[in-house]
Amino acid sequence: MTEVVLNEPLSQVSLLFVSSALAFLALALVLFSFQLVKLSTVEAVSSEAKAASSGSIMVDEKIATDKMTATERAGFILLWVSTAILGVGVVLRGVAAGRVPWANMYEFSISGAFLILLVYLTALKIKDLRFIATFITGFALITVFAAVSLFYVEVQTIMPALQSYWLVIHVVVAIMATGFLAVAAGMHIAYLLKASDRARKLFSHFPELLQLERIAYRFNVVGFVLWSFTLIAGAVWAERAWHRYWGWDTKEVWTFIIWVLYAGYLHAMATRGWNGKRAAWLGLVAFLSVIFNFTIVNLFFKGLHVYSGL
Amino acid sequence: MASSFLSKLWFWPRFFWRQLTSMRNALILLLLLAVAAVPGSVYPQRSADPNGVKFFYDNEPELAAVLDQLQLFDVYTSVWFSAIYILLFVSLAGCVLPRTKIHFEALRARPVQTPKNLERMPEYLSEAGDSSVLESAMVVLKKRGFRIDRQQESISSEKGYAKETGNLVFHYSLVGVLLAVGFGGGFSFSGQRVLVEGDTFVNNLASYDSFSPGALFNEGQLEPFSLTLDEFDVVYDLANRANIGQPIDFVASVSADFGQTQTTSDIRVNYPLAAPGANVYLTGNGFAPVVTVFDGDGNISYQGPIVFLPQDSNMTSLGVIKAPDALPEQLGIIAFFYPTAEKLTTGAYTSIYPDPISPLMTMNVYTGNLGLDSGIPRNAYALDTTNMEMIAGRDGPVAAIELEVGQSADLPDGLGSVRFDGLLRFASLDVAHNPGGIWVLLFAALSLVSLTMSLMVPRRRVWVRLVPGGKIEFAALSRRDDPNLPQVLEEIVQEIRSGSKK
Repeated sequence: MTEVVLNEPLSQVSLLFVSSALAFLALALVLFSFQLVKLSTVEAVSSEAKAASSGSIMVDEKIATDKMTATERAGFILLWVSTAILGVGVVLRGVAAGRVPWANMYEFSISGAFLILLVYLTALKIKDLRFIATFITGFALITVFAAVSLFYVEVQTIMPALQSYWLVIHVVVAIMATGFLAVAAGMHIAYLLKASDRARKLFSHFPELLQLERIAYRFNVVGFVLWSFTLIAGAVWAERAWHRYWGWDTKEVWTFIIWVLYAGYLHAMATRGWNGKRAAWLGLVAFLSVIFNFTIVNLFFKGLHVYSGL
Repeated sequence: MASSFLSKLWFWPRFFWRQLTSMRNALILLLLLAVAAVPGSVYPQRSADPNGVKFFYDNEPELAAVLDQLQLFDVYTSVWFSAIYILLFVSLAGCVLPRTKIHFEALRARPVQTPKNLERMPEYLSEAGDSSVLESAMVVLKKRGFRIDRQQESISSEKGYAKETGNLVFHYSLVGVLLAVGFGGGFSFSGQRVLVEGDTFVNNLASYDSFSPGALFNEGQLEPFSLTLDEFDVVYDLANRANIGQPIDFVASVSADFGQTQTTSDIRVNYPLAAPGANVYLTGNGFAPVVTVFDGDGNISYQGPIVFLPQDSNMTSLGVIKAPDALPEQLGIIAFFYPTAEKLTTGAYTSIYPDPISPLMTMNVYTGNLGLDSGIPRNAYALDTTNMEMIAGRDGPVAAIELEVGQSADLPDGLGSVRFDGLLRFASLDVAHNPGGIWVLLFAALSLVSLTMSLMVPRRRVWVRLVPGGKIEFAALSRRDDPNLPQVLEEIVQEIRSGSKK
């Protein structure tokens, strides 16, 4: 391996960008939450009003959901800005370390948050997914916050086991898979909120249940294919680095569990009586396992994937 | 009477088979499999972490015994885990085989009869038109790759058979993966060998420190070759202040004799050496100080390098020297090696840097019975001091012996002397082969391609019908979720229109 000269001042600049992205994300989240509450009350009131004066149609009902309000527009501008700033932070981190910026938990988190935002903002261009802005922004905010506060490590040269082009392939696909699965999880949450008896009124401006289910399915399908690739690429790398392609290392176990859970979700979607709420719960549990795999398994389970850097 | 009895007898097997092969059951088995895999990440597994199991036994022997009864230290080979995945694969076969038959028939059959009420289809359009539209529709649908059946006044067409093909191939390749894992594991082997610089290793069973063969392994699979570790190098990060002392590369330079060819090569982490019939991997390394022990009579009772096991990231290492032939009594030594020694205020030493800058060895010396003749196998890296007496060491009658490279020291009571002759490094090598690996990879790749096909290819049916009275109906139906269906039908109708006007 050629010796890499780390650029520590640059990594500090990178941290500055990542931290300021945090501030912008927080602002965007406030605006989105505000919008969500406003919409909910408008909807709740309008449906009550509708119930009271049966027959008289509320004129503004559609406008509230279709057109962007000033609050919402400001939220999305902030979200774009924070994504751009976070992107700069991620790239600078890579430059400072002289390699791909996802070799420890901090780097994986900021790259992951950036990619999730990018997947979401790109998807927005194709489909109106504004209603999960609060969830996506909140998730990205928590991820970056955890990265900066809990997972932060200085730029380091990487241990020999990680010096492989598989670090690029295996991990980048894992991050992409997480991005797609995260958006799907947002849909599952939206579905369950809208489907619950108590909260139904508050979330009536969300798309129809069937549509939520379909969007979730599409994102999960892409995520599942990417996850399968992650698993296979990981096995190929393990064969090079650890002399066996599969050894039930704790991280391998959880990658397998997650794969099986999503396979279960796909079967549920094709089984009468199992789609709808059950499938949504299953998808959500599967995504929670992804989070569990990244946090608890990384930090507290004994295994070979010791790269948190903590 | 007889037939009714038989049908009753047949009822339960058939009932169970139906249950087992239902989609709902496959789903439940999948969820069970996921749950059953969890304990393997909570409890140490013999396959991945045998020391963890031993540690567990030492700390909580009663609980460990219970867990062991439940096979919780061997989850992935346990009866219950195996039962789940075998049932799952039986269920898979029971589901996929009949579907394969149906799919083969569908591939050869014509598209379905055009339904009576097309307006009930999810996508439906109608407009004025005549039979020229049907002719145009034949051309357009054919060009779009639809399989077409002209039925009097209507066209029935279907596309996307690859969806089901992908689905079936995906499930078959999972069976392929399972078989390749099973058979490959049977013929696989992996052997571990610690090699000190200058040592040569010959590939046969006797020269391995430990060896784990698959159930179907035979010794003939070990191709004759030999390997000499010429030099072991550790490259440290010296360029970045915060990382100084962090190893960035481990290089085992070896001379290999493969029978026909002789080569020299480097083995590094992630870059194994391809030897005949196996790969040679670098899995560990450490120091092997060269030591000479003289007994009380002045005879050499031990001479050579001793493999020291690293204890921390600065390579504080622990080694055991046994001199069973020493006279008047056997000698045993527990030695610590510090590549860059620093004395703590307590008087103990520690290593502050992993590379040997000021190497120091300290020795606790014991005399008495090493216990080697009792017939019980002894760990080479541990000293059983129950029948021995400490003659030098911390809290001993004489302080521990301290040696720098080249120094020697006398043992108390005229029992002999020790000399620190020099310093070598060792490499832990793993010689492993799994003939199933390539098949697992091929089936896994096939499963990925077919999975993508099955999930991404839409299966669509499109109908065009001429209704008496100069009306043309278009309708489309898709299996499973298909967001683009309305748009696709719109496009097809556009093309048909422009085709019929020409």
